[in-house]
Amino acid sequence: MSEALKVPTMAEFMAQGKQPEVLFWVGCAGSFDDRAKKITKAFVKILNKANIDFAVLGTEESCTGDPAKRAGNEFLFQMQAVTNIEVLNAYEIKKIVTTCPHCFNTLKNEYPSLGGNYKVMHHTQFLESLIEEGRLIIEGGKFKGKRITFHDPCFLGRANDVYEAPRELIQKLDAELVEMKNCKRNGLCCGAGGAQMFKEPEKGDKDINVERTEQAIETNPQIIATGCPFCNTMMTDGVKAKDKKNTVKVMDIAELIANAQDL
Amino acid sequence: MDYIPNILFAIVLIIGIGYFIKNIRKLIRNIKLGQDIDVSDNKSQRWKNMAMIALGQSEMVRRPIAGILHVIVYVGFIVINIEVLEIIIDGLFGTHRIFSGIGSLYGVLIGTFEILALLVLVAVIVFWTRRNIIKLARFWKSEMTRWPKSDANYILYFEMVLMSLFLIMNATDIPFQEIATGNIISQYVSPWFAGLTENSIHIIERTAWWSHILIIFVFLNYLYFSKHLHILLAFPNTYYGSLKPKGELNNLEAVTKEVMLMMDPNVDPYATPTEGEDDEIPAKFGASDVQDLNWIQLLNAYTCTECGRCTSECPASQTGKKLSPRKIMMDTRDRLEEVGKNIDANKGEFKDDGKQLLDDYITREELWACTSCNACVEACPVSINPLSIILDMRRYLVMEQSAAPTELNTMMSNIENNGAPWPYNQMDRLNWKNE
Repeated sequence: MSEALKVPTMAEFMAQGKQPEVLFWVGCAGSFDDRAKKITKAFVKILNKANIDFAVLGTEESCTGDPAKRAGNEFLFQMQAVTNIEVLNAYEIKKIVTTCPHCFNTLKNEYPSLGGNYKVMHHTQFLESLIEEGRLIIEGGKFKGKRITFHDPCFLGRANDVYEAPRELIQKLDAELVEMKNCKRNGLCCGAGGAQMFKEPEKGDKDINVERTEQAIETNPQIIATGCPFCNTMMTDGVKAKDKKNTVKVMDIAELIANAQDL
Repeated sequence: MDYIPNILFAIVLIIGIGYFIKNIRKLIRNIKLGQDIDVSDNKSQRWKNMAMIALGQSEMVRRPIAGILHVIVYVGFIVINIEVLEIIIDGLFGTHRIFSGIGSLYGVLIGTFEILALLVLVAVIVFWTRRNIIKLARFWKSEMTRWPKSDANYILYFEMVLMSLFLIMNATDIPFQEIATGNIISQYVSPWFAGLTENSIHIIERTAWWSHILIIFVFLNYLYFSKHLHILLAFPNTYYGSLKPKGELNNLEAVTKEVMLMMDPNVDPYATPTEGEDDEIPAKFGASDVQDLNWIQLLNAYTCTECGRCTSECPASQTGKKLSPRKIMMDTRDRLEEVGKNIDANKGEFKDDGKQLLDDYITREELWACTSCNACVEACPVSINPLSIILDMRRYLVMEQSAAPTELNTMMSNIENNGAPWPYNQMDRLNWKNE
């Protein structure tokens, strides 16, 4: 399958004197984390299927600086931001889509005052817009009637008030969307944000991802859907910890859609 | 001799309001110890937020039981204050129920007050029960011992006593009961005093009247020392609340200056500082004490009424970590009060007391447990932002003290060297394409 992926870079577009419709910002997890790479590929498959004129930065992409900023290292964050903005502006990027809500939040909210102004979309918003424009058609297929619960990534939900796009996509798969007791504005964090992903948690009586996974399992789902590579890791670990690996899958919305189409 | 009560009343009024104003000025001075921040933008949206969130209680009712009970007490508080106006006029001029001259409307007014007084009394008793008998978890966290715990109950006792006195005052007002309009609730209270002489009933009425207004003055002056300040500060606090998406953290300007300088190829690396530049104290990165925070963060601290919705939503707190966003706000206020008292004791100058907000109040363990998920910010019914204080203190730890946890230092040096939080080569970023 992978040989079929078309992933042009901005440099290639530039060489041909062309500009893509949208830049796909892959993010560090999407580039390096084995689990997240599957999400990246699933999203690219959808983009290829829908014939979207997109490009990636490839080796010219670098961390947005989100974990550094939230750890308190404003200096490192701004160094990353200013460097990235130089690259993005040099390519005259107007529109960015990303599969990572952390990149999404940082690019959308924290880059403008440093000189980086782009229309930034989370991939669920982008896919939703493709469907609305009739450029992408999705059918339920194998997810018809499946119980799916959606875990709101904090940096998509509370941070940016995006609650509906991922849910609408799940519903378009004819799946049965079930909500956890804490959802949308009240969604519980998976435990990865604020640079927690990169350190052991402080002493407590439970891990946050286990708490959140328990809430998800209460809804008796077949699939826990997410829209964030870090949430995905945390929930996957949580499902393992609860010994539910064989009955509950953790999948990104992009994977759901790609799978439904047998891409 | 007839004027003695009036003079007494005027003295009480002046002392009550005077002491209150004195403390409010102190409060404003303390808040102004914070760094300046420009919030002159978007006035119409800010007024709208204040109208919705503070006046309209829109966030309170997200938790319906507490929310509706709170709305009752809030409406009761505002409406019954019209009666306080009458009491003050009566007190100053020796009149009795001066507003009764407006005719039948007066009965409607007092009737409304009486119904509200009863509702408030019931709501406050339910509040007390939730706190002390049902023992809702958020009222029993480790920061809710000693003064914060007593403070919460004292406020409820104040309100119970005030509402009871108001009803007793009306019930023992014989002419008022005889007119029998507006005594909707007090008519059921007045039979309790039936066996007494008219004179004793009058004495009870006067005692209730005086106690009622005296306790109102005491309560007014209690505010400054109490979490109950929110009844005033919720209004400015919601006005100045952030209008940006919750995910957006501010970019430190001092850092931007440095970064731009580093990135600028035209900067002369051997440049000597220009005249006067040497005297400038370089801006401190982040916050280790209350004066490093901005004044809105300090206003937040005074506004917090310690309801604990933030802490009950906090993922770290829910899983037994030390972090409690409410404690962050309480600590900030306690330290700010301490700094204020220090300034009072040293003729307007702050003398170093060897203490600071970091470590002496808020521990590093608390700060590093935050996931920056914004649950606390979302939960606060009066637009307080505990996350911004946590972030500013992390900034101080990392940029002034290089005191991040080891694993985070590893993550940051990876970003610095490889452009990713993990030790992968930037040149391998597109390898996934062919895997």
